[in-house]
Amino acid sequence: MNLPIRLTVNGEPRDFVLDDPRVTLLDLLRERLQLTGTKKGCDRGQCGACTVLVDGRRINSCLTLAASHDGADILTIEGVAHGEHLHPVQAAFIAHDGFQCGFCTPGQIMSAIGLISEGQAGDDPERIREGLSGNLCRCGAYAGITEAVLEAQKNLTASKDSRKDSRKTERAA
Amino acid sequence: MNQFDYVRPANVADAVAAATAPGAAYLAAGTNLLDLMKGGIARPTRLVDVSRLPGLDRIERLPNGDLRIGALVRNADLAHDSDFAKTYPAIAEALLSGASAQLRNAATVGGNLLQRTRCNYFYDTASACNKRAPGTGCDARGGDNRLHAVLGWSEGCIATHPSDFCVPLVAFDAVAEIEGKAGRREVALEALHRLPGTSPERDSALEAGELVVAVRLPASARLFSSHARYLKVRERTSYAFALVSVAAGLIIEGGKIKEARLALGGVAAKPWRADAAEALLAGARAEPSAFHRAAGAALTDARPSGDNGFKIELAQRIIVRALTLAASGTPDRIPALPASPFSSLAGAIS
Repeated sequence: MNLPIRLTVNGEPRDFVLDDPRVTLLDLLRERLQLTGTKKGCDRGQCGACTVLVDGRRINSCLTLAASHDGADILTIEGVAHGEHLHPVQAAFIAHDGFQCGFCTPGQIMSAIGLISEGQAGDDPERIREGLSGNLCRCGAYAGITEAVLEAQKNLTASKDSRKDSRKTERAA
Repeated sequence: MNQFDYVRPANVADAVAAATAPGAAYLAAGTNLLDLMKGGIARPTRLVDVSRLPGLDRIERLPNGDLRIGALVRNADLAHDSDFAKTYPAIAEALLSGASAQLRNAATVGGNLLQRTRCNYFYDTASACNKRAPGTGCDARGGDNRLHAVLGWSEGCIATHPSDFCVPLVAFDAVAEIEGKAGRREVALEALHRLPGTSPERDSALEAGELVVAVRLPASARLFSSHARYLKVRERTSYAFALVSVAAGLIIEGGKIKEARLALGGVAAKPWRADAAEALLAGARAEPSAFHRAAGAALTDARPSGDNGFKIELAQRIIVRALTLAASGTPDRIPALPASPFSSLAGAIS
């Protein structure tokens, strides 16, 4: 059985012919695109290491078939920085020691980017912890992770506001 | 995972036709089915991918006041729909207390209804399990069974239904709209899930090839929005299945309860509607003595199926807490820790 599918991965259109419908989105990313930043932890939807954004929403890439996502836009950890400029969430994880061994970190960061864009947690540490409960960290870096997400949330909100302000200024001019 | 054919039909009629083949299973988000397939518990020979069927991802208010929720609406989208969360707060809170944000972003309304039990012996293919392999016995009896059922169980199966969402759906008289070979039919949520009896392999009233296309909430469900809560006790405060959960809704006029809705999760193979407790609450003053009487009535028929007698006392306490919190008024916003009894000490009475 050959299934042709097209995905946009980190901004680039990619065409595949799946010779086996069992390929998960995670395995497609890791084994066929060599995008190994997305980790296979439990492979059963319990640890969150495989978190990616599909059409802007964070999901567990291990629990979904690649075939189901024909036409989708996928963002992985490899696609979040702009060249040498880290994504604000990446920078905040470094600033706040949001990791030790680093294995869960790509999933944590993708999940945090999703959380911030969902806009439900705001600057409440309790809501941030709850919103990231699908990402396990066996090193126990949770305190640093929460601090990092709080700071990134603040920076991203501020830069969004300042972009809005500058647009207003342009219109006024 | 076993090999299977993958088909993606263009409409409901084609999907139903494709799923009549023996061994076929519907695939929506797959958050439960793919997990079961990876473990070798489910071995469908054909997956009918319904995740893109048109028209099933809408939330619609019907002219008669009912709310119709398409089966492909994602759990997170429903819970975060501000009109929905305001009108049906206990249902939104239940949704947000389930699984993780990633899973709620993927999982669908229809899939949530038809997820399988999380009994460890069902998941372990080396164990005897009448639900997975009929006639092999039940290793949960006499095994590690503190999470198992205390109501409606049989000698053949003591598993519980894992859904949070279904508990308030049952409390508020939701109906499932089902499409099958013979056309469309409706089943009350309360009748959708089956008790095990002598055929625990059958979880639901669905016939082979039938597809849930929508869940409908009657207009009456809106009357409870000022006094509705969902509470859930877990082994950890987030991302865990319920030991015991309670959906409670009240209509209070002049300090008296006009009508009550009460259902329990984590205690049986189906969400457990507590009709006798509701009857006791109707007409009573909204105060602790009535809540305690209702809690007692709800668990009258309960008995341990193993090391889980604690659930019977726990369920009564959570019923009293849920009714107390519901009576004190639905919070303006769903708490930071949805459904957690630790979110608020208000109502912490014995």
